[in-house]
Amino acid sequence: MAQTGPVGNTNNSIEVTGLHKGFGDLPVLWDLDLELGWGEFLALFGANGSGKTTLLRALAGQARPDSGSIRIAGFDTRRRPAAARRQVGVVAHSAFLYEDLTCRENLTFYGRLYSVENLKGRIEEVLELVGLNRRADRRVRSLSHGMQKRLAIARAILHQPSLLLLDEPESGLDRDSVASLAELLREWTASGRSVVMTTHNVDLGLAWSSRVAVMSNGRLDFDGAGDYLGVGS
Amino acid sequence: MASAQGASSSPRSGLAFPGLNGVLLVGTGVLMLVNLYLIFLVAPTDAVLGEVQRVFYFHVPIAIVSFVAFFVVFVASIGYLVTRKSKWDSVAHAAAEVGVVFVSLALLTGIVWARPVWGVWWTWEPRLTTTLILWLIYVAYLMLRSYVPNKSQGALYAAGLGIIGFVDVPIVYYSVQWWRSIHPSAVVGPLADAGALEPIMQWVLFYSLAVFLLLFLYLLLERMHLRNVEDRLSALRFLSRMRR
Amino acid sequence: MRMLRPMAALVWKDLLLELRSRDIVVSALVFGFLVVVVFNFALKVSPERVAELAPGILWVAFAFAGTLAMSRAFVREREQGGLEGLLLAPVSRDAIFLGKALVSFLFMLVIEAALLPVFAILLNFTSFTLTLAGAILLATLGFATVGTLFSAIAVQTRSREVMLPVLFFPIILPVLIGAVEVTGAAVGSGPETGVVTRWLPLLAVFDAVFLVICPWIFSIIVEE
Repeated sequence: MAQTGPVGNTNNSIEVTGLHKGFGDLPVLWDLDLELGWGEFLALFGANGSGKTTLLRALAGQARPDSGSIRIAGFDTRRRPAAARRQVGVVAHSAFLYEDLTCRENLTFYGRLYSVENLKGRIEEVLELVGLNRRADRRVRSLSHGMQKRLAIARAILHQPSLLLLDEPESGLDRDSVASLAELLREWTASGRSVVMTTHNVDLGLAWSSRVAVMSNGRLDFDGAGDYLGVGS
Repeated sequence: MASAQGASSSPRSGLAFPGLNGVLLVGTGVLMLVNLYLIFLVAPTDAVLGEVQRVFYFHVPIAIVSFVAFFVVFVASIGYLVTRKSKWDSVAHAAAEVGVVFVSLALLTGIVWARPVWGVWWTWEPRLTTTLILWLIYVAYLMLRSYVPNKSQGALYAAGLGIIGFVDVPIVYYSVQWWRSIHPSAVVGPLADAGALEPIMQWVLFYSLAVFLLLFLYLLLERMHLRNVEDRLSALRFLSRMRR
Repeated sequence: MRMLRPMAALVWKDLLLELRSRDIVVSALVFGFLVVVVFNFALKVSPERVAELAPGILWVAFAFAGTLAMSRAFVREREQGGLEGLLLAPVSRDAIFLGKALVSFLFMLVIEAALLPVFAILLNFTSFTLTLAGAILLATLGFATVGTLFSAIAVQTRSREVMLPVLFFPIILPVLIGAVEVTGAAVGSGPETGVVTRWLPLLAVFDAVFLVICPWIFSIIVEE
C-alpha cells in the first residue's frame, strides 16, 4: 500500500549487506544479506543457535558486526548509531520493565530517554492500544505475565519507530492478547511500517507475515513468500 | 556448513612460523644456563651483602619483564577494542597470564632480597607497593576472565580492565610516593640507598634481563598457541553439538 | 546538552525506585555503621588516638558502604529493566554511563551524610571543615565513576559480590589514599603543610582522568 515509508524517502526499512558476526572462532552470522521494504512483515524461523537472536540484536544496534553493513531506514548502524536506534522498537524475551514502577512511570521513563514529544498524550494512546489504560497506575510487579508483555509492546512502540523487532512475542501471551497483537501488527504494516519477528510457532508466523525466511548456520536459507513453502495459510 | 567454513578458514593465530617456538625454547634454555653461570660463577660476590645479593640478578629483570608484560596487555587491549580481532585478545590474555607469574616471582624474590638488604621482609616503598597493586589488578583480570560466562563479553571486559589498570599504574606510583614522603617507613640496612654497581655486575644484570625477555617471548607465544588450540577445540565441540 | 535529558531521566527513575523500596540506602547505611563499630573495637580507639585513626575508619566505612550500594543498584538494574533496555535508546552510551554514575554519586553522598553524624558521636570526632567537605565530594566522585564501570562489569559475572571489590579497590587506591590524607590534615593528625594543597588538586586530576576514560571504556564494552 504505502510504498514510501514513514521516514523520508529511503527505499527500504532494512538493508543488510555481507553481515558477518562471530564470537571468538565461532561464526554466528555468515555473509548475510537482507532487504526489507516498507510495510513488509518478515517472519524469521530457525533452530536455536541458528543466529536469529543475534541478527535481531545486530539490527537493534546491540551487537557490532565484524564486517558488512546494516542500514535502518537509511541510517547506518555504525555511522549514525543513535539515529538508527531511534527507528527501532524491540520486544525481546526480557520485558525491560521496572517492577516497582507503575505502567505509566515505566513509559514516562522510556519516553524521556527517547525524547518523545507530547509524552503524556502518547502514553495514554499506547496504553489504550494495548488495553492497559485501566491499569496504568498499577505497579508492574502486580500485573500478570501477559499484561507485562503487553506493556513491553507499548514500551516498544511508544516512540513511534518505523521498524518493530519481535523475538518470539507470542510466548507468555494468552489467546486474546495474541489476537489483539495480530490486530495491532496488521495496522502497523498497513501504515507502511515494517516488522521482523522470530517465532517457533509456524502457523502463527505464516498467518501474520507477508514474507518468510528460514535461518540456519548464520544465513538465510530460504527467503520468500510463505506460499512457496506449500504449507499453512 | 557455513560455520565449518568459518572455523577452518580463520587464521591460525599464535604461531607465525612453525618451529619458531622450538628454536626459542632451545635458545632460551641455552642462554639461561649461561645466565646462571654468569650469575653464580662470574659475577663477584658482593662485599657487604655476600652471596644473597645474587638474588638481585633475578629480581630486577623479572620485575622489569612483568611491567613489559602488562604494557603488552595494555596495547593488545586497545588493539582488541578497536579492531575486535580475537588475535589481539589472545595476545592480551597470554601476556596477562605470563605477567602474573612474573610479577608473583618478582614479589617473592623481592621479599627474599629485602630482608638482608633493608632489614625488613616488606616495606611500603613506592616500587614495591606499585608492584603489589599490579599483582592485585592482574589477578583480578584473570578472575574476571574466568567469571564471565559469555566469552566475547569476557574479552571485552578484560580489555577494559587491561587499559584502565595500566593507566592506573603511574597514578598509584605517585600517590604512594607522596603518601610515603609523610610516612617514612622502616628502611634500614646497608643498602637503604642503592649504591652504584660495579661494571661487571651491570653487564650480568643486562644479560639476565635480555634472557628473561626472551623467556617471556617464548612463554607468550606458547600460551597463545595453547589458547588457539583451546579455541579450536571448543569450536569443534560446538559444531558437533550443532550437527546432532 | 543532549546528554542532560537522559541523565535526568535516569536519576528520576532510580530515585523513584529507591523511594519505593529504600533497600539500597538503608542496607548500605547499616553496613557502614557496622564497619565503624567493628573498627572501634578492633583498633581500640581511645580519645587520644581518635585523630590518628578516625580518617582511616571513616573512609573504609564510606568505601565499603559505597561498593555495597553500587553493587545493589546494578543488580536491581539487571533484575528489573536491565541495562539492555537502556542501551536500545537513541542516546549516547556516555550519557547512560554518566547518568548511572551521577545516581551512584548521589546515593553515596546521602549515605555519607547520614553516616557522618553517627561517626562523629561514636568516635567524638568534631572536625568538620570545608576541606573535609571538599575531600568527600572529590573522592566520592572518583568512587562513583570507577565504581559504575566495574559494577556494570561485575553484574555480568558469576560471584558478582566478590568481583566488584576485587576489581574496584586496587584501581581506586590512589583516591582512597588522597581522601585519608586530606581528612587527616583536616582533623589535625598529620603535618598539614602542603597536604591539602597537594592532595585536593590531585584528587580532582584523578577524577578528571577517570571521567574521561571510564565512559569511553563503557561505551565500547557494552556493545558485543
